[in-house]
Amino acid sequence: MAKAKIAKKSTFIDMTPMVDLAFLLITFFMLTVKFRPQESVEVSIPSSIAETPIPASDLMLITISDDGRVFFSVDSKVTREQMLPYVQRQYNLSFTEDQAKIFAIQSDIGVDIARLGQWLDLEPEARKKQENSPGIPVDSTRNELQDWIVFARLSNPKLKIAVKADEDAKWPVVKRVMDTLQDKKIDKFNLVTGAEAVQTAAPATP
Amino acid sequence: MAAAVGGDGGGHKKSKKKKKGKKHSTTIDMTPMVDLGFLLLTFFVLTTTMSTPKSMPIALPEKLNEEEKEKETDKIAESKVLHILLGPEDKIYLYQGVAADKEEVIDIKTTNYGKDGIRKRLLEYRGTIEAQHGKGESIFLIKAMETSRYKNLVDMLDEMNIIQQKKYALVDISPEEVDLIGGGSEASTATASR
Repeated sequence: MAKAKIAKKSTFIDMTPMVDLAFLLITFFMLTVKFRPQESVEVSIPSSIAETPIPASDLMLITISDDGRVFFSVDSKVTREQMLPYVQRQYNLSFTEDQAKIFAIQSDIGVDIARLGQWLDLEPEARKKQENSPGIPVDSTRNELQDWIVFARLSNPKLKIAVKADEDAKWPVVKRVMDTLQDKKIDKFNLVTGAEAVQTAAPATP
Repeated sequence: MAAAVGGDGGGHKKSKKKKKGKKHSTTIDMTPMVDLGFLLLTFFVLTTTMSTPKSMPIALPEKLNEEEKEKETDKIAESKVLHILLGPEDKIYLYQGVAADKEEVIDIKTTNYGKDGIRKRLLEYRGTIEAQHGKGESIFLIKAMETSRYKNLVDMLDEMNIIQQKKYALVDISPEEVDLIGGGSEASTATASR
C-alpha cells in the first residue's frame, strides 16, 4: 500500500509579524520604563486601600527600615547639588569636588553628617553596607533629620514629603520621625503604601 | 537600478541590455534581528516597574505648645470616645471611654485585624456611640505602643478610611493603659477608674 504523500512544504516561516510585535513591545516598554531608583535598604511596605499616587517629582522621601534606621532622600540631582552648601555652612565642613559629585548622584543618605565626607569616599558597593549606613540620627539630643529637612526645603520649596517605612518598623521610630516633621511645621505628608492585596492583613489568631 | 530579474549572467548580445547582477534572494535572514529584539524586550520587561506604590495622605493636627494647648483644646465627652490600643503581636485592644464622674469599670476587648475582627467591632462601637450622641459624633483614638509595628498603624488608618470614620486621632498611649493591657494577652476587665 502506498503511503499518502505529504506535500513538500518550505520550512521557512514568515517572521515579519513576530518581529513587528516584538518591536512594538520594545517601543512600549522603552517609553514607559522608569528605572527603579537605587536604594540602599530594602523596605517591604504595608498595603492599604489608598489610591493617591506618589508625586513623580519634587519628592522628599524619608525611609525607615525594619531595624529602625532612618534614611533621607530627595529626588532630583539639582536639589541635592543645592543642598550641599547648606550642609557645609551649618556644620563647618568642606567637601571636595569629587565628594560633591558623588553626593549629587546619591539617592539615599543614611549616615550622620560628621561622617558624610568619609562615607562619600567609599566605593559605591561599600556605601550600601549596613555598618556604613547606620541611619540618620533622630534622637532628641541630636536630630540631624530636621536639618536635612530644612536644607532640602531651602533648596527646593516645592518638595512634597513622603514617609516610607517598613511593615516591621517599630512605632517609636516612626513617631520620632513624625514628631520631627511636625517640629518643622509639616503636618501633611504621605505614607507610602502598596496596593491592597486580598485580605492578607489578618493574621491567624488563636 | 540593476534589477532585471531572470536570465543568466552573460555577455552583451544586445547593446541596450544592462549589465546583469547575480541573482539574489530577496528574503534576508531575520534571526539575528529577532534575537536582538527579544533580548531588548526581556531587558525592558525586567527593569520596568509596573506597580507603582501608592501613598496614603495623612494630616496631623498642628503641634501646640503647653500654653496654646490649654486654650485650644476642646474637652470632649469621654463617653463619645473609643480607645483603640494597638498591642503587640497584631492584637488590638478596644475600650469605650467612661465618663469621669462615674465609677464604672473599663471593659477591654481584644480583637484582631481583618474583616470579621476589627471592622465589625468598630462598626458596633460606632453604632452604640452614635445612637447616644448623634451621627458623626464618635471619636476614635488610636494609640500605638512601643511594641506596635508600623503595619498595625497603617492597617488601622486604612480601616478608618474603609469605614469612613470622620473623627479619629493618633494619640500617645498613657502608662496606665500600658499597664491595663500589660503582659496579659487575654481580654480582661480591669477595675481601673478614671
